[in-house]
Amino acid sequence: MTEPVSTLLDRMADALRRHLSEQHITDPALVGIHTGGVWVAEQLHQRLGLNEPLGKLDISFYRDDFSRMGMHPQVRPSSLPFAVDERHILLVDDVLFTGRTIRAAMNELFDYGRPASVMLAVLVERDGRELPIQAQVVGQHLKLRADEQVKLRGPDPLRLDIVQLEPAS
Amino acid sequence: MINQDNPAGSRPAAGPLPPSLQFNAQGRLRHLLTIEGLSGALITEILDTAESFAGMNAQAVKKVPLLRGKTVMNLFFEASTRTRTTFELAAKRLSADVLNINISTSATVKGESLLDTLRNLQAMYVDMFVVRHADSGAAHFIARHVAPHVSVLNAGDGRHAHPTQALLDMFTIRRHKGDFTRLKVAIVGDILHSRVARSQIHALNLLNTGEVRVIGPKTLLPAHVEDLGVHVFHDIRAGLRDVDVIIMLRLQKERMESGLLPSEHEFFQLWGLTEERLALAAPGCIVMHPGPANRGVEIDSRVADGPQSVILEQVSNGIAVRMAVMSTIMGGSVNQGAGA
Repeated sequence: MTEPVSTLLDRMADALRRHLSEQHITDPALVGIHTGGVWVAEQLHQRLGLNEPLGKLDISFYRDDFSRMGMHPQVRPSSLPFAVDERHILLVDDVLFTGRTIRAAMNELFDYGRPASVMLAVLVERDGRELPIQAQVVGQHLKLRADEQVKLRGPDPLRLDIVQLEPAS
Repeated sequence: MINQDNPAGSRPAAGPLPPSLQFNAQGRLRHLLTIEGLSGALITEILDTAESFAGMNAQAVKKVPLLRGKTVMNLFFEASTRTRTTFELAAKRLSADVLNINISTSATVKGESLLDTLRNLQAMYVDMFVVRHADSGAAHFIARHVAPHVSVLNAGDGRHAHPTQALLDMFTIRRHKGDFTRLKVAIVGDILHSRVARSQIHALNLLNTGEVRVIGPKTLLPAHVEDLGVHVFHDIRAGLRDVDVIIMLRLQKERMESGLLPSEHEFFQLWGLTEERLALAAPGCIVMHPGPANRGVEIDSRVADGPQSVILEQVSNGIAVRMAVMSTIMGGSVNQGAGA
């Protein structure tokens, strides 16, 4: 059902090169969203041969379900080892579903500065958007049932699993 | 003063101080009143969260929206600049609205009872009280009487506890020394009047610190202090030998009953931290002080301002740690099932 992750990553890297050249962007800054997005971003970073270190975002402090769910127990520090102002940022995540994670990531990003543009690349996208958010580069589109979830396991090797959610009791 | 003669909250006059009061039915931390009753794992989780908040200093906008729309009230019945200011900054960086009430100059002067004051403030839709009070057990008392959705954070009560100070000290130690299990930590000075020392000892124990020493004159050590699992030294030179961390305490002059020590000068001669005494500690030993330091009483200026001092770092770390505590006790107030 899912293709090998390395195939998806090669496809994403090709699509990214095309997209960047169409947009005349020569120096994108990659930012992975913890945890799966960082793994994907590391792979793309290698395939695109970028020199500048990767940025990493943990969006725990920007989630919209904090008052319901509380603090995520394992928050990792965000680190953006470059100035965001006037940069073309490529956000990278493993799965695009509701779009809420990306909304939170963009809010956090803008607290670091004003980027020239923000693009989105995801390994997998599935239907179910709750916000007007769209990826420019997608590894694979998956059709999943409502009770199914796709998870990226890693970091070595990277593998996509489709898991059955427990029925709500 | 409540609990004048019962240190460590063993038999407080304000009634029992059940650590369980801090947790809700789902086991989530709702109030932070004391370090007792927390687990080492929870402390580590709070320190990890604080580490992420410390990273926020790289942001142009040093603010996150976690507590947007929440109201935090700093309820200070006892003066404090550093603690109140860092609590205020922490709440503001979490996007909460903050009010500072200095009670000693307000309602109680007009004869209003603590409970009446509390009910009035609660009627203003406050979500969290940060409480500093000269009486041991004051924060517990308030936690027992607030509405179910309101959280209480103890910012120091009498001689009992100052949990966020202990957590920020653990954060500072961890940043410099890493693993607690191999550390020797010495707490020096007026342990008897120090809520900070009590909270620090509990936190160090929960983090499995290799050895915790307390150093001070008999008159400034609580009775049965050994029961807290510490080694007691009445000679500062012996006590400081090979330690990795020295925590100097402030001589609590305003809390001091007369006759406990002859003079400040003599205190410095016997217990003050000088460069010469610091040299007895392990190489790279860090020097901490919860502030404000009495220079020339418990610590020499050359040590307080010297290369091994991390006193100002403690102040900065206080913001990140208080943010971590506030967001931990304020999150998930509506208990629902896990979402995606």
